[in-house]
Amino acid sequence: MTDKTDIILIINGRAHAISVEPRKTLVDAIRDDCGQTGTHIGCEHGICGTCTIILDGDAVRSCLMFAVQADGRHIRTVEGLADGETLHPLQQAFITHHGLQCGFCTPGFLMLAVNALEHNPNIGDDELLDVLASNLCRCTGYQNIIKAVRAARDEMRGAKAT
Amino acid sequence: MRSGGVTRVDVRYEAPETLQAAVALLASAGEPAKILAGGTDVIVQMETDLIEPALLVDIKKIPELRQIVAENGGFRIGAAVPGLTIMDHAALAKTWPGVLDGVKLIGSIQVRGRASIGGNLCNGSPAADSVPPLIAAGAIARIIGSKGTREVPVEKIPTAPGKTSLAKDEIIASFFLPPRAPHSGDAYQRFTPRTEMDIAVVGVGINLTLDSSGTCTAARVVLGAVAPTVLLSKECADALIGTKVDAAALDKLAAAASAACRPIDDKRGTKEYRIKIAGVLAKRTAQQALEVARKN
Repeated sequence: MTDKTDIILIINGRAHAISVEPRKTLVDAIRDDCGQTGTHIGCEHGICGTCTIILDGDAVRSCLMFAVQADGRHIRTVEGLADGETLHPLQQAFITHHGLQCGFCTPGFLMLAVNALEHNPNIGDDELLDVLASNLCRCTGYQNIIKAVRAARDEMRGAKAT
Repeated sequence: MRSGGVTRVDVRYEAPETLQAAVALLASAGEPAKILAGGTDVIVQMETDLIEPALLVDIKKIPELRQIVAENGGFRIGAAVPGLTIMDHAALAKTWPGVLDGVKLIGSIQVRGRASIGGNLCNGSPAADSVPPLIAAGAIARIIGSKGTREVPVEKIPTAPGKTSLAKDEIIASFFLPPRAPHSGDAYQRFTPRTEMDIAVVGVGINLTLDSSGTCTAARVVLGAVAPTVLLSKECADALIGTKVDAAALDKLAAAASAACRPIDDKRGTKEYRIKIAGVLAKRTAQQALEVARKN
């Protein structure tokens, strides 16, 4: 067996000290070693985007990184979006606009879209389509996801202006 | 895709902070080693058992591989700089829009947050999106190995699908994009069935320079995904040089591009389709590069 490496993953502000084999992917470490199972595993080869997390401010596919590469870095997952019982505006918008059916792809879409809205609160509709094309959904036909993200953008922008 | 009970080769992970240390690790490795930059190809290939490296050398902690600097009127881009960082560089975007268009088409946003142009090149895919515009730009790779440093034009690096001319102990440290003459422009276009997360059926990178009368004085035309390696085509360039890049020149370019193709049939397109599309796309890309050149 390869020696395990001790690393620290800071997930949603909380440090998880874990010991992993070098070839363990980040998504497996987040789920299996840190118990944060909100991040889902889909294709495991960088196509579907279901495992999208935010790593030091960038949306990344956590199946395309080894956990050792994220040692000491700040990770945000779907578990960190809500503030206690209050959902993040994007989560609420997904409910209001039926942006999910089976819900499997939802954590990835939420993290992808949150990151895009945080980087550019005024992101245009067309640019948003480009962003959302990064991930796959097999239920919704995408239209309601697009509606939900546009609605959240408008709401978050409104909240900032007031 | 999950391996379940399959036993895999144990892998050692090293993340050196200097190029010298990385080269030393590769040179002394008795076992199969792989350089890890963004990992967006390497990790997938490991997960699907296409490769079984026993040593991974992560080069993302080497500072000089992570920076973009102005140098002698051009730019030097570290080989491990993530695509998103390249796309955010305003001066690069203005000077080399074609190179940036290639980078923008690699994978998705989450992939570009990790993936580098060094990795895109060394993965050795003939369909790599950043490679045709880099070759069209005349980019020079700086390669560091235990025997020293070599400066190599990017077109000399891919040798076959998945293969490069790098020795076992060599690492691409950076790419140099040369200074621009006035009235120069570059462009990259690719054709895919899907707009995102797809692989080129054909990609074309073109870099050209005009004189003050609008006559093309220099051109580099590069075709992707239509041969075992990315192709730098002299015949295509000759179709443009000395012309005003008018309709007749574009027709000659299209014919030369189609003639240069040596494609395969695959699920994305037949040989005949690729040959036809290469001509069409070469024309469109040349027109785009021409527009850029006229504004510069």
